[in-house]
Amino acid sequence: MSVLNRLRDSLTRTKQQIVDRFDDIVRRADEPDRRSRSVDVDTIEALEEVLISADVGVAATDRIVAAVKRRPRDGSSLRDLVKQEIRAVFAAVDRPLAVTDRPKVTLVVGVNGTGKTTTVGKLANLLKNDGQRPLICAADTFRAAAVEQLEIWAQRAGVDMVRAREGSDPAAVVFDAISSGKARGRDPILVDTAGRLHTRVNLMNELEKIRRIAGREVAGAPQEVLLVLDATVGQNGVTQAREFMGAAGVNGIVLSKLDGTAKGGVAVAIATDLNLPIRYVGVGETIDDLVPFSADEYVEGLFEEKW
Amino acid sequence: MFESLSTRLQDVFKSLRGETRLTPDAIEAALREIRLALLEADVNFKVVKAFIDRVRDRAMDTVDDGILRGLVPSQQVVKIVRDEMVALFGNAEGGLQPSAKRPRVILLLGLQGAGKTTTAGKLGKWLTKQGRHPLLVSTDVKRPAAIEQLNVVGRKASLRVHDPAGELEPVARARSAVAEANNLGFDVVIVDTAGRLHIDDELMRELIAIKDATDPSDRLFVADAMTGQDAIKSAGEFNARVGVTGVVLTKLDGDARGGAALSVVSVVGVPIAFAGSGERLEDLEPFHPERVVSRVLGMGDVLSLIEKAEAAITEEDAERLEEKIRANEFTLEDFRDQLKTIRRMGPLESIIGMIPGMSNMKELAENKPDEKQISRVEAIINSMTVEERRKQHIINGSRRKRIAKGSGTSVEEVNRLLKQFVQMQKMLKQLGGMAGLTGGGKKARRQATQMLRNRR
Repeated sequence: MSVLNRLRDSLTRTKQQIVDRFDDIVRRADEPDRRSRSVDVDTIEALEEVLISADVGVAATDRIVAAVKRRPRDGSSLRDLVKQEIRAVFAAVDRPLAVTDRPKVTLVVGVNGTGKTTTVGKLANLLKNDGQRPLICAADTFRAAAVEQLEIWAQRAGVDMVRAREGSDPAAVVFDAISSGKARGRDPILVDTAGRLHTRVNLMNELEKIRRIAGREVAGAPQEVLLVLDATVGQNGVTQAREFMGAAGVNGIVLSKLDGTAKGGVAVAIATDLNLPIRYVGVGETIDDLVPFSADEYVEGLFEEKW
Repeated sequence: MFESLSTRLQDVFKSLRGETRLTPDAIEAALREIRLALLEADVNFKVVKAFIDRVRDRAMDTVDDGILRGLVPSQQVVKIVRDEMVALFGNAEGGLQPSAKRPRVILLLGLQGAGKTTTAGKLGKWLTKQGRHPLLVSTDVKRPAAIEQLNVVGRKASLRVHDPAGELEPVARARSAVAEANNLGFDVVIVDTAGRLHIDDELMRELIAIKDATDPSDRLFVADAMTGQDAIKSAGEFNARVGVTGVVLTKLDGDARGGAALSVVSVVGVPIAFAGSGERLEDLEPFHPERVVSRVLGMGDVLSLIEKAEAAITEEDAERLEEKIRANEFTLEDFRDQLKTIRRMGPLESIIGMIPGMSNMKELAENKPDEKQISRVEAIINSMTVEERRKQHIINGSRRKRIAKGSGTSVEEVNRLLKQFVQMQKMLKQLGGMAGLTGGGKKARRQATQMLRNRR
């Protein structure tokens, strides 16, 4: 199955709930004789419900709805108007990553249980298949069996891993990994960190230390800091992104577990509020189920066909 | 937990405070704010709609017949919102319903990453405190190292984990754990199940098979407090397929507003049994709906705080301390004991959230207490000699240098601590003086005289 198909397939489930309820209202709104009129109150309300139920959040929903209301319809369908708006949100935050010094160090951070370890494993696999030579660094020295879990992923991906014992200093492991990566010519270095709630000051300071050590070894490192968000997360996802931006310099989002029924609509809220791009999407449980994010596919998958 | 929601609602009611009576306009304004606050707190869209309608009906009634005219408008709205929220949460208290079954089987269900394995350890620890003997077993054969994770959690919590080597069939693992419990006299079996996603038919079939094989009295759905609008669907699905008897809400020590809690309970119709609020294995407690509603409305959670303090401080400790304060004998040693006690109560942030009025202090949110700071203070005190701890005035420059070196801090930090401690001693002296109205400083006497004068 192609990457695009798989993403679409997983988003079909996502779409289902949105679509079923919304279908009728939109079909009515899109009837030829109403296409020239402005969007009526009932439709707007239904649109609000759909977006909020998708975890898009009140602020982003208001923005999208307002934009839809403002637009002259000129015979275009409501569906296209909404799609255009969401695509515009993602287009505004899309920017390539600047990496000058090598190796590139990618820090993977997030709260507990969002799928950081799994993401690191899949990312290593993705990059390796892309012809790169990644090295995994197991800096989650806190959670029970985290290192073992990552080791299994590393084996599956056929990528080397630098590990430390449970309870040792994460920054020291990162230092080891970077030295070893330089010596063995590995690039990028993928660092799995311990899950932490963004409200815990001391744990957030630990990330700061990891950053400092990485920056001392490679100028500008970590060049990429990915925040892994569970697609089921609600509006707290925005708070998480904001806090991790401040404490760990997050510059990209990975949306994990998008193969569930959750819509990951918080991605729209984060792009709107925080100007953060989505980099990758986790769409399944096998090692190949991490794909680069594409706004077009995301939006198409979310709002395609039926309605 | 829920701070942000309480802050929002408090703002709403502040705007109502100026009104002498409830007007339909004021009610609508308040409802709009409440709706927004609830939606931003991830309360399910439909639940919000129903909730707002109920509150509106009741609030409009009070405009008509003025039954609640004794209360100021903001209080009226608070009362209605509070009543309706309690109704929404369900009146049932948390914890486990009594069951005569031996062994009692508890199934933990939930999505990936909700915190099932950690909850298994915490729940085991809690049951041990209740005088029970739990046996843990993992049936998660799919996620890499999941079984190993439960083994580690079990070791940390000093709990027995049943791990039949080589057995990789979930139902057989669960069944053999129940048999093992029967043989060895464990009276509770906690079954940690695989996560995955609820659309997964294979997992659902597996869970049903485990359920049929072990006849669990409790099927607890473990839900992440940070989850969004999807919570209702996943909980509903697990309930429809496996049957849910209670919810365990995890990660409440973050700043998630936990609106999912409101939604799951009202839609699935099962009570929240436990709430997890920290990373330590002790950080799980039976859920009290009344208290959480009070917390949402910014009244703090005095009851929980008192319980925590009681668990951490023995009565003799408290009496001895009071004695010392009275006699002006509060030393650096006592201070260190106090810090330890506070730490025993759990993460500082969750304690502060329970103090009325503290949850909505904006400064506090920006200036979060740093647990490391306490460790540093403890280290400083630990680096003093016994004599220095009892008579801090003998600590001169060279002693300060030694203490700073010994504790890995700086002389400035030692100075700051000593200065703060002296101030604290002074304050306590005044308190002691006030309490007995004997001795005490000049200021305390002046305050006492002032009080008497005011009474006349």
